[in-house]
Amino acid sequence: MKSKDKNNIPKFGNLSNSHPLFTNEKIFKDTKSCIEREEYESKVLYDIKDAIIKSKLTDGMTISFHHHFRDGDYVLNLVMDVIANMGFKNLTLASSSLMSTHSSLIQHVKNGVITRIETSGLRGELAKAVSKGLLDIPVVFRSHGGRAYAIKNGDIKIDVAFLGAPSCDSFGNANGYSRDHDNGIICGSLGYAKTDAQYANCVIILTDNLVPFPNLPAGIYQSNVDYVVKVDSIGNPNGIMSGATRFTKNPKELLIAETTAEIIEASGVLKDGFSLQMGSGGASLASARFLKEKMIKKGIKANFALGGITKAIVNLHEEGLIKKILDVQSFDLEAAKSLKNNRFHQQVSAYYYASPNNPGSAVNQLDLVILSALEVDVNFNVNVLTGSDGMIRGAIGGHQDTSAGASLSIIVCPLTRGRIASIVDKVNTIVTPGKTVDIVITDQGVAVNPNRIDLIEKLKKSSINITSIESLRDKALTLVGKGQDIEYSDKVVGIVTYRDGSVIDLIYQVKESVDDEL
Amino acid sequence: MGNRLRRTMMFVPGNNPGMVKDAYIYKCDSIMFDLEDSVALSEKDAARYLVYNALRAIDYGEKELVVRINDVRSDCGKMDIRAMVASKIDVIRLAKTETVDDVLICEKEIEKAEAEFNIQKGSTKMMAAIESALGVLNAKDIAFASERLVAIALGAEDYVTDMKTKRYKDAQELFFARSMILHAARAAKIDALDTVFSNLHDEEGFINEVKFIKKLGFDGKSIINPRQIEPVINIYEPTQDEIDDAIDVIDAIKEANEKNSGVINLNGKMVDRPIVLRAQRIIDLAKASRLI
Amino acid sequence: MEIKKIASAGTLESSDILIKIEKSENEDFSIYLDSPVKKQFGKQIKKVIKEAAEEVGINFAKVTAIDKGALDCVIRARALSAFYRACDSQKFKWEKKNG
Repeated sequence: MKSKDKNNIPKFGNLSNSHPLFTNEKIFKDTKSCIEREEYESKVLYDIKDAIIKSKLTDGMTISFHHHFRDGDYVLNLVMDVIANMGFKNLTLASSSLMSTHSSLIQHVKNGVITRIETSGLRGELAKAVSKGLLDIPVVFRSHGGRAYAIKNGDIKIDVAFLGAPSCDSFGNANGYSRDHDNGIICGSLGYAKTDAQYANCVIILTDNLVPFPNLPAGIYQSNVDYVVKVDSIGNPNGIMSGATRFTKNPKELLIAETTAEIIEASGVLKDGFSLQMGSGGASLASARFLKEKMIKKGIKANFALGGITKAIVNLHEEGLIKKILDVQSFDLEAAKSLKNNRFHQQVSAYYYASPNNPGSAVNQLDLVILSALEVDVNFNVNVLTGSDGMIRGAIGGHQDTSAGASLSIIVCPLTRGRIASIVDKVNTIVTPGKTVDIVITDQGVAVNPNRIDLIEKLKKSSINITSIESLRDKALTLVGKGQDIEYSDKVVGIVTYRDGSVIDLIYQVKESVDDEL
Repeated sequence: MGNRLRRTMMFVPGNNPGMVKDAYIYKCDSIMFDLEDSVALSEKDAARYLVYNALRAIDYGEKELVVRINDVRSDCGKMDIRAMVASKIDVIRLAKTETVDDVLICEKEIEKAEAEFNIQKGSTKMMAAIESALGVLNAKDIAFASERLVAIALGAEDYVTDMKTKRYKDAQELFFARSMILHAARAAKIDALDTVFSNLHDEEGFINEVKFIKKLGFDGKSIINPRQIEPVINIYEPTQDEIDDAIDVIDAIKEANEKNSGVINLNGKMVDRPIVLRAQRIIDLAKASRLI
Repeated sequence: MEIKKIASAGTLESSDILIKIEKSENEDFSIYLDSPVKKQFGKQIKKVIKEAAEEVGINFAKVTAIDKGALDCVIRARALSAFYRACDSQKFKWEKKNG
């Protein structure tokens, strides 16, 4: 054996400068079993308060939650109650979105626990309260892509992320479903939570189902997780998933759906290997059925479907008409189960889905997106955030991202909803700029953005009647009549940002009106 | 026979504002506002006002507007006629028509109303629904009873009750009634319309029934939901061969007229009047389906 | 015409309006309105109801209206029906349609 003189090796120099010598004393052999290890070294805590203390949360910091549990979420309210009791103040809440079930936030705002909110949307009592001026500092609204981008570039610095998960092992591998002791809570994709998990300073997973290591494949990987808190209940399964989204019987929606499929065919987008995203509204889902007939007739398969996934998409995939599914949010039970069991149905992070600064973002690979709207104006600007009464009632979601990224963006909506016109002169709030909106399909006519001369030419050859957006506005106006303008005060209650963070519109406080009798 | 197509007549309950105001959206040939059986006794006045006001405010486009009135001998029915004539309704549909008298009484009320509201006499048409054994047996006389009649229709629900039977899938119990109504319509040169198919979940059954009545020669069907419109239009749509043949016939006629020749010959066959009329009808259907 | 009893017309179905008529207690014309589009169309809805009242010769009434997004023609129809019912009258007036 050659000598182990490491002090002078030709051309390498003194070995011990870069590599210390091996000694037996420095190594350690762990003889504990995996199950013992999980109990001894795990990140698991049994008390939310404990986790918050360990997270080093202080006043003025930013906290976040995901909205994959929709109106069945218990996590946000649970954590906020503990935070409030601990006396924290001036926190910024940067949730991916907020739902009707989060109305307890109103009290937390009034008590000064939360002073700023960043979100994709607001609903229910909280939305009404914000519209009426609840916060001093305006709420910042971002699209899913916009939020992911802001988190990555530091515009949003999440100090502590509280992420609910239906299953998690003691090292922090978390999933939106359970393979062990499934207790019925399932949300499918954890797409929005992934981005928070990656960039937040401290990540706390809350679960009611601790499962054995390894909980792989995982939606959130242990390397991103600091603590795991075991709680009694993270959500109400009925509020999280309302069974399967059903195929509509509403004749208006069916009419819109049929027209949509014809327009898609006439536009030339329906080619073998195309890609699509569909909203979860009735007309949107119904178009899947009409599109399917055309795809089968022409022998066309889609390469992938993206976005919020529903049973309709899963069915098309299982019938071989869509090859892969990229899921950022599972809307129903079928979608969630498919994500759990099918490796060609993958979950993607919000960043991968829709970040604006990245040419590889999934939305940019879309050929087609079908979206809905509260209002569209004669410049094709879309409002998905505020109602015709000026109150906040929705969310930006991926609207801005998909409209910009897809080759063909289609908005489907009925011409009127009750006495509310969907096609108007000027939308109440501009959320998605008209430049990115190509076609508007209503039950009483189709309008094409004048920018898209190529589309206009192609559609002329079809038998579909194309009309002007102005005539749709006029038709709606004739039906419902001219309403009174909403009165706003000077206080800004919402800042609507575009995907890149720029300000596209402002939401003002709605004035309280005194009821007058004739 | 007239030029109007009546492939689909959509039934709209007259006291339902949602359906009344949306009816113009769908691609049916006619809309029938019902003031009769779908409206509760206590709501007849409200339904009448609803349809009356809707007809003034909403543009129903090119569709034929029909209203089914209450018993023409009752105050209610007479009021219906006045209100609807004043609204310039296209057609008044008489339910449960049994005798020529039923038609004549209705016609008289319409005439009175046209005079009262200064509307051109004869401009309000009529449609008779046959819903009983007596009505079926009187079908021919009913069809000839008035110049205003543009169609007679079968109302199967009341008819099978009157016949002490019920509706069956193979529709054998309707065969005689359908045949009588068809023959009466053709003899009087008016349209024949078939009854409603009320099971919205049985798409296949609906399509089979429409195919069957089209074969018999019916001009169209009453429908109760916009979803039923497209299957009917598809079934009534002429094939490309039928269209090509029809165009050949019309061209041959045109050519013959220009040359002033008497007998028209096409591919060795004589083209006489029935062939021309059939060809014209196919062209009408093709145009309506936007095939030409 | 004179209001003789409490009466109503219309339903709470979507696109309809339920209008209830009662005798006024204060010799005035009051309308209590509940509507999902009250901010935008409250004034207009009340106007249509008032016009219907004037058409049938009623100056004083207590009106309760629960709207579910009804268009003007529906509001007018329901209001007229309700007023006639409240006055226990069948003396409906019909006019020839224009155009």
